[in-house]
Amino acid sequence: MRKNGVNMIKISAKNVDVFYGKKQALFNINLDIEENQVTALIGPSGCGKSTFLRCLNRMNDVIDICKVQGEIVINDFNINDKGCDVVRLREKIGMVFQKPNPFPKTLYENISYGPTIHGMAQSKQEMDEIVETSLKKAALWEEVKDRLHEPGTGLSGGQQQRLCIARAISVQPEVILMDEPCSALDPIATAQIEELIDELKKEHTIIIVTHSMAQAARVSQRTGFFHLGELIEHGSTDKIFKNPDNTKTQDYITGRFG
Amino acid sequence: MLGFTSYYFGRKKAYTIQSTNKRLTALPQFYGYYLAIWCAIPAFIIYSLWAIFEPTIVKLLILSDYANQGYLDDELNLIYEKTKALSRGQFTGEVTSLIQTSSEKYLNLRSIAQSSKVVIVLCIIIASVAYAYKRISSNNRTREPVEKFFNAVLFTASLAAILTTVGIVFSLIFQTIDFFKVIPLFDFVFGTHWYPAKAFVRDSSEALDPTMYSDTFGAVPIFAGTFFIAFIAMCVAIPIGLMSGIYLAEYASYKVRQYAKPLIEILAGIPTVVYGFFAALTVGPFLKDIGTAMGLEVSAESALAAGGVMGIMIIPFISSLSDDVITSVPQSLRDGSYAMGATKSETIKKVIFPAALPGIVGSILLGVSRAIGETMIVVMASGLAANLTLNPLESTSTITAQIVVILIGDQAFGDPKTQAAFALGMSLFIVTLCLNIVALRVVKKYREKYE
Repeated sequence: MRKNGVNMIKISAKNVDVFYGKKQALFNINLDIEENQVTALIGPSGCGKSTFLRCLNRMNDVIDICKVQGEIVINDFNINDKGCDVVRLREKIGMVFQKPNPFPKTLYENISYGPTIHGMAQSKQEMDEIVETSLKKAALWEEVKDRLHEPGTGLSGGQQQRLCIARAISVQPEVILMDEPCSALDPIATAQIEELIDELKKEHTIIIVTHSMAQAARVSQRTGFFHLGELIEHGSTDKIFKNPDNTKTQDYITGRFG
Repeated sequence: MLGFTSYYFGRKKAYTIQSTNKRLTALPQFYGYYLAIWCAIPAFIIYSLWAIFEPTIVKLLILSDYANQGYLDDELNLIYEKTKALSRGQFTGEVTSLIQTSSEKYLNLRSIAQSSKVVIVLCIIIASVAYAYKRISSNNRTREPVEKFFNAVLFTASLAAILTTVGIVFSLIFQTIDFFKVIPLFDFVFGTHWYPAKAFVRDSSEALDPTMYSDTFGAVPIFAGTFFIAFIAMCVAIPIGLMSGIYLAEYASYKVRQYAKPLIEILAGIPTVVYGFFAALTVGPFLKDIGTAMGLEVSAESALAAGGVMGIMIIPFISSLSDDVITSVPQSLRDGSYAMGATKSETIKKVIFPAALPGIVGSILLGVSRAIGETMIVVMASGLAANLTLNPLESTSTITAQIVVILIGDQAFGDPKTQAAFALGMSLFIVTLCLNIVALRVVKKYREKYE
């Protein structure tokens, strides 16, 4: 793994192009993601930040017409190689979606889903432990410990989203991708999630797509600004928000467009 | 025709009013509809009343001539029927002068009635249209009555549908009650011998003697046969239907789906008679040949043939309905599962299938109620002998097939044999009703979950 200043580089994207059918959605993206940091991807709607996020765990495979070119190196391994095992990749790289999407199962089954698929628990006891630690890390344990066997869809929106985070961390991923995780939540639930993100970065590398500049400023250490499928500028959050190099970034940050 | 004309006039008058710069309270069309309704409805009511009462009045007029001549009621009716027959030229018996004269009178009355009917109806049309036409003015409200009229028409239509259903159910109930007056309910529900032909050979004087029917109307064999054949059908339909539904919803590319789905739905459009003779003439003998080759005794009309073909018939239902429910499972659940590292089949097995399960159960229940109610295939392919058997290679019979057997050919009302058909129909109705209610509940519950 390369070093970049103080921090290790976890993910390194090189010359990434993405096409939806004939339309090109991302142009030549080069971006290094640092380990145990929160990287925020900002930019106006349709600028390709979610598309880029979905490249990192090959979620774009699900979309038939989507084609990804270029190199994305995680742990010295190019995930766009033919030999890449998508199942292992997604075990290492968890994802939290815009809308809370708990499975229509009990809370317990929601968390145990990933560990079961990847054969991580040998006994019921081990699984109980995984469920408990995951929920504790997602700051949900106290609220739900008495109703683990009730359906996950019965929780409030904020709780559901924390359940989805708990589900994502149950398989101990190295990286967690978050696609606007707070856009469907109220400010209180948002604050809880943001606190959680801060906590999680000790053990995980986090990449978050957000529309809220305030949120990006609050939670992230690194920021990348996308516009019309191009990565305009990236660097430390402080620098991007206080002293951006590019005028487009300046305009977007100050709310002049987008 | 007159209705159209009055629509035209009404609208024209409304335009005229409009052109004189007065503001109308409704669009010109409404004035047209208003007039057309006024034209049609009173005339229609009078016409129907006329049609209902005309024969009675004519009859009264003709028979009043003979009222005081000491005829009995039956004889008077006979005279009237003969009169009618003669005037239609269908009378074959001896023509007496009495009938001759009354027949002439009858024809005379009918022609008067005919012409007066036309005149009166026309008068009423003109009167009511004139009344309505006069009422059309700029500040007269026409929207409300027109809307009310459409409301009433739609209401009547739905009322007709509901009343028909209620009527059928009640006739079922009453006939069934009559049946159980003769045959004890216990014998019907728990008896194991079904042999309605036995009731038929009895002398009519014995017809109301309950002891004659013991061991005749035991419905267990045909209930068993019904559920057995339905079970075989579902054994074929559920796996194939479900798997093709899953394939269409999850795996098939857009192009394959575009062609495959209509093709499967063609299966649903094949008339059941065709399935029936397919089962009886192709599948039945084929199974018999195979069975014989393997040293098994297979009846040419076997439960297996009927059930199997019935299953094929139900495949499109299950496939198409489960395709729909699986497609309506939100994409976010799939994404969530894929993002956890689940493969496609794991996702389907562990997330999509449980999420769609209520809808799938609903579609299966609808399929079962179709299987139980299916008639043609069983009549043709599974035989009519009500054997109590669980051997799929023998012939059995079902509720529907027995109803057909009972009601084909001559039958008398009030005969327990005929009423047995109603009792069977009632039981069939109860079973399918319960299944449908449960199925619809389940499907509804599922829908609410993802809204």
